Amino acid sequence: MPANLDELIAQLPTFQQFMFVQVALFTAVMALLVVLARNLFHNALALVGALFGVAGLYALLEAEFLAVSQVLIYVGGISTLITFAIMLTRGMMFGDTSPNNRQAGTAAIVIGTMFSVMAGFLLQVPWQEAYVELGDGQAIIANLGRLFVNEYLIPFEMMALLLLVVLAGAIMLARDHMIE
Amino acid sequence: MQQEWLWSDSLINLFTGLGMPKFLAIGLAYGLGAFILANVGLILTLALIWIMRKVLSRIQDRIGPNRVGRYGLFQTVADAMKLLSKEVIRPAHSDMITYDLAPVFSVFGVIMILAVIPFAPGLIGVDLNIGVLYLVALGSVGIMADLMAGWSSNNKYALLAGFRVVAQLLSYEIPMVLSMLAPVLLLGTMRMGEISAAQGLHVLGLNLGFGWLVFLMPGAFLIFFISALAESEQTPFDLLEAESELISGFHIEYSGMKFAMFFLAQFINTFFLGAIAVTLFLGGWQGPFVDNLPAPFSQILGLIYFNIKTFAVYIAIVWIKGTFPRIRVDQMMSFAWKVLVPLVLSLILWEMIALKLPGGAVIQYGAVLVGNLVVIGVVLNILGNHFKREQVRSKRAFEPKTLIGTMRPAPTAETAAAGD
Repeated sequence: MPANLDELIAQLPTFQQFMFVQVALFTAVMALLVVLARNLFHNALALVGALFGVAGLYALLEAEFLAVSQVLIYVGGISTLITFAIMLTRGMMFGDTSPNNRQAGTAAIVIGTMFSVMAGFLLQVPWQEAYVELGDGQAIIANLGRLFVNEYLIPFEMMALLLLVVLAGAIMLARDHMIE
Repeated sequence: MQQEWLWSDSLINLFTGLGMPKFLAIGLAYGLGAFILANVGLILTLALIWIMRKVLSRIQDRIGPNRVGRYGLFQTVADAMKLLSKEVIRPAHSDMITYDLAPVFSVFGVIMILAVIPFAPGLIGVDLNIGVLYLVALGSVGIMADLMAGWSSNNKYALLAGFRVVAQLLSYEIPMVLSMLAPVLLLGTMRMGEISAAQGLHVLGLNLGFGWLVFLMPGAFLIFFISALAESEQTPFDLLEAESELISGFHIEYSGMKFAMFFLAQFINTFFLGAIAVTLFLGGWQGPFVDNLPAPFSQILGLIYFNIKTFAVYIAIVWIKGTFPRIRVDQMMSFAWKVLVPLVLSLILWEMIALKLPGGAVIQYGAVLVGNLVVIGVVLNILGNHFKREQVRSKRAFEPKTLIGTMRPAPTAETAAAGD
């Protein structure tokens, strides 16, 4: 009964939907753990997990470049930096920190507003359902690179300048002042 | 260049020919491919450890393992059985979940490399259009795993070693990534399959397969090789777990199979970095007549070429392990930041300029080659001066206090300290 089988398959959620639910659940649980875990290092590790989950969402949307950049920059760079900051802070690593503090009320208001705005936005905007299939030879990153050095050259270079200024500033702040 | 034969296509066709629905065939084909790749990676470790022991023994004028099986081939199997049957001891007050997850992530980050390595024409897990960037991103997973292991063991030495690992891996990731950029810049693609395919040398319709990028950019290859040695924690840079001086490293509190997983990750990481070096610089599966044969023979020949080159790189790494002394932490850091990073940055800049020069490919490639040779000269000069100084210093240190006939007295403790 091949016809029945095809009908059954048509009713099942597609593979992409199945994967999306898994990855989204993973990301949400990890994001909750970032706030709720009692140990600061666990918070940092959960943040790494959540960022991985977001990379997985990008990969599901077939935005491979974005997914890999997410892992490279957030997992490789920023998370390592955060972990180092935690480890170098005395007494922060092994003690428990409480997730509750005096700002809980304010945070609830902000998050509630944010959530309703986002939810309304998601429900109201007429999302485009048709999408353009990329051809086999069409590499997105090549176009992206060309845009960076042609159309958006000045913002791109300004970003580099900004990073240089940040780097110099960080060295100035961290320098040992006893030398003078 | 369009690939005409792909392993996944032919496997899917085979399964659908047997009467399977399309989605099941795709799932089964990729599942089978992933299963084979991951297991080949793991079982390869047995061979890698055996090769390392045999080669090291020959360098040290020993025979090496020769009791278990012919030529001691099953020595590593016996060792693996021993590690499997050992008790897994968990230190008191260690962080359970992190402690158990760290070895898993360590192996995961390495095995994932296999997905984008082209073993033969058309024999590649996925030819991602960002293949090189994917390899770079995977490095960060390994760093996080080491940090997790060091922290969760509840041991201050493991934690210190974790910091040391992160310092080394982060420092050497920068020159490695930038040197991987050199072939990408030249070929204009990040697909590992295309990078391999572009390194052929077609003469009269025959593919001699000797258009290796290492002939054009030996400097970038040298910098990649040095950084890869540091990334895989091999000898000149194995100060992370100097067994006889420091107490191992971030995995000191691990025992039994969990320790074996860190060990395994290190060995296959060495091999896979060799495979990446082969793919990017040494021509990948290219060799004489590799794509002039009908479909299955061409792939088999490509696989043979690829394996010969990769094992040759691995044996060269073992050779270095048997020859070189270990370097100090400060030397490791200053070599990365003061020598390799500026050199590779200027190399990339020079390549960008050279590839825009007027006058066609010959002048452009010639300019790239000259830049690379200059880089090699500078690296060798710096290393040569350093070793000469070290040799003089260590000879002086062992000289007797009064030596009849020497022009100048050997340094005493005070003068040596002042000199430093």
